[in-house]
Amino acid sequence: MTNTKIVSPKQDLLYMAILSVVVLTMPIWLQPFGAAYPDLMQKFMIFGIFAIGYNILFGLTGYLSFGHAAFLGVGSYTAVWSFKLLSMNVIPALIFGTILSGLFALAIGFVSLRRSGIYFSILTLAFAQMSYNLAYSVLTPITNGETGLQLTQGDARVLDRMAGIEADASLPTPNLFGIEGIGYSGFYICAALMLISFFIYLRIFRSPFGLKLRAIKSNQNRMGYTGYNTRPYLMTAFVISGMYAGLAGSLLAVTDPLAGAERMQWTASGEVVLITILGGVGTLIGPLLGAGIIKYFENIFSAFNETVLLNAFSFLPDWLAHPVAAVVGLFVGEGWHLTLGLVFMLIVIFLPGGIMEGISRLARLITNRNKAEPKSGAHENKEKEQASAGEV
Amino acid sequence: MDAIFLQILNGLDKGGAYALIALGLTLVFGTLGVVNFAHGAIFMMGAFCAVTLEKILTLSVRVKDESVTFFDAYKETPYLEVWFGETGKAIIDWSVPLSIILAIPVMLLIGIVMERSLIRYFYKRPHAEQILVTFGLAIVLQELVKSFFGANPIPQGAPDIVAGSAAIGAVFGLGESVVYPWWRLIYLAFSLLTIGLVFSFLHFTTYGMVVRAGMADRETVELLGINIERRFTIVFGIAAVVAGLAGVMYTPVLPPDYHLGMDFLVLSFVVVVVGGMGSLPGAVLAGFLLGILQSFSSMTEVKDIFPGIDQIIIYLVAVVILLTRPRGLMGRRGVMES
Repeated sequence: MTNTKIVSPKQDLLYMAILSVVVLTMPIWLQPFGAAYPDLMQKFMIFGIFAIGYNILFGLTGYLSFGHAAFLGVGSYTAVWSFKLLSMNVIPALIFGTILSGLFALAIGFVSLRRSGIYFSILTLAFAQMSYNLAYSVLTPITNGETGLQLTQGDARVLDRMAGIEADASLPTPNLFGIEGIGYSGFYICAALMLISFFIYLRIFRSPFGLKLRAIKSNQNRMGYTGYNTRPYLMTAFVISGMYAGLAGSLLAVTDPLAGAERMQWTASGEVVLITILGGVGTLIGPLLGAGIIKYFENIFSAFNETVLLNAFSFLPDWLAHPVAAVVGLFVGEGWHLTLGLVFMLIVIFLPGGIMEGISRLARLITNRNKAEPKSGAHENKEKEQASAGEV
Repeated sequence: MDAIFLQILNGLDKGGAYALIALGLTLVFGTLGVVNFAHGAIFMMGAFCAVTLEKILTLSVRVKDESVTFFDAYKETPYLEVWFGETGKAIIDWSVPLSIILAIPVMLLIGIVMERSLIRYFYKRPHAEQILVTFGLAIVLQELVKSFFGANPIPQGAPDIVAGSAAIGAVFGLGESVVYPWWRLIYLAFSLLTIGLVFSFLHFTTYGMVVRAGMADRETVELLGINIERRFTIVFGIAAVVAGLAGVMYTPVLPPDYHLGMDFLVLSFVVVVVGGMGSLPGAVLAGFLLGILQSFSSMTEVKDIFPGIDQIIIYLVAVVILLTRPRGLMGRRGVMES
């Protein structure tokens, strides 16, 4: 169904090259938008990884998981533990974070994938809630409960000590052989990882494996009749997407070595669903776009407060400025989630394919106008159906 | 023995809330075929009906405090008290039960508006999209409530006469020391009554019979010339009222805040799945069952053996049930099989 046209490997390479240029020059072209600071760009990258991983599961197989935040949380906790016990180097943290959440996904997937549809959603939700509740209560020795897991001066850091690196008075920061995990260098670490993950994701999309996942989405029964056992494929997709989430989680810990249980809450799982839907489920680049847009507007909107609003509306007469500011204030600052919810609803109602569908609709509108040749209605409808099933 | 008895009561009580929410969820699912993630938000809005009424009743004016004689002191006194004296005070005291009267029409209206303006466009769309759009709606509702009422829980008092505890132990021959809060007993009775009302509406009225027929075979009922869609809309409204009332009555037990709905939603979905998608008795049974299980697992004796079991028992049960009895406890064949 999705993207049946054949793309040559050369085209893919070009695609990757363009994406790399776009991502790596972000600090420059994001300047006019006021988003060119490393903290935010790191978030773009991290949630991009999270979302493309989620898209491998939800976009390709159609299995709606409501528990992916659990993997993000596991990744974060593992990374912080790796910082504490082994080394402040990010490499072991990322490796352990990814692998451990992969194992975690294996266990959860083994159970959850026995069912499909809404039952699958609820099973994953149940597991995520379990992990969240446990992280808050019994697992406090591992997760440090409500305070969140933090680095301390007296951590073991075995590898660092063996290498002769001693912590000085301030808390050490995560680094990649001396390159700091925060600031612009941190952004480039995240960006590099994102590009690598994206390349793997692209290969998965184009591979026969990816095709089989799509076949599962379009008709699982038929897949069975053709002689495929779908479970292993689903399982692999689930574990891969869990590992992506784990990687994103450990990167979150790299940018800020503090892991809290709220990262595992089901509203956090809702967020990645939201990002993916907004960008375009099952499309290649959509989830990245979604992550960028949501994180960007979250950042912009949350910064507003009443004074800023009053200033913004100061051109209005006084009696009007206050009510207008009050109404707008509902949607920004603290109320940012309200806007998010509204936008999300509108997207699901009118544009289930997300922004990517919107773009392809616009593109079609323009090309159709240029062609300006009369077509029969039935033909057009058919074309529309094919197109709305999803494009790149 | 005493502890077990109290835990059963506790569980029934909590289970009452689960059962009421799950009942509404199942009703909506069974009739409209819609998975409604905003149902928890409806529960929360019911609770905030009580908060609103209390706020209205206690609208205050500054009155001179006569008891202070040597300087001018003022105190905030609700209008009702100024106008009606003791009667006014009593009305304020009874604000939570009175909210029921307010909540019924309000929730019915909210339910019907929600169904007509949003849900009905989603009958034919995939369950995933239904989940997503109602999830979005839940976020919107919860954020609206947050922006009007703030993020902090707002405690609501039960009427003074039932604020204390009942010596329930004496009734069952367990000794005077076994006591249980009156209001929670009332909540239990209330949830049983509401469940009874819903079931008798569905089973003993012609309207309910038609609704049940529509649940079983919508097309045939439509062929008989009955506007089943309108009835289903009403059923959605009723589900909203049931959840709303559950919310109103729950306020003295748990001070409502804006994410109350989300907390209960996840649990109620688990309840629905355990009971069997689309089965009303299943939802009620599973609600009470899970409530009791949860309260037993929070006993210290149990927690000593399985640490943390109280946090996860419900989800654990759900996982086991889904894997061993895929249709849930009382699920019917053919409902949500694919």
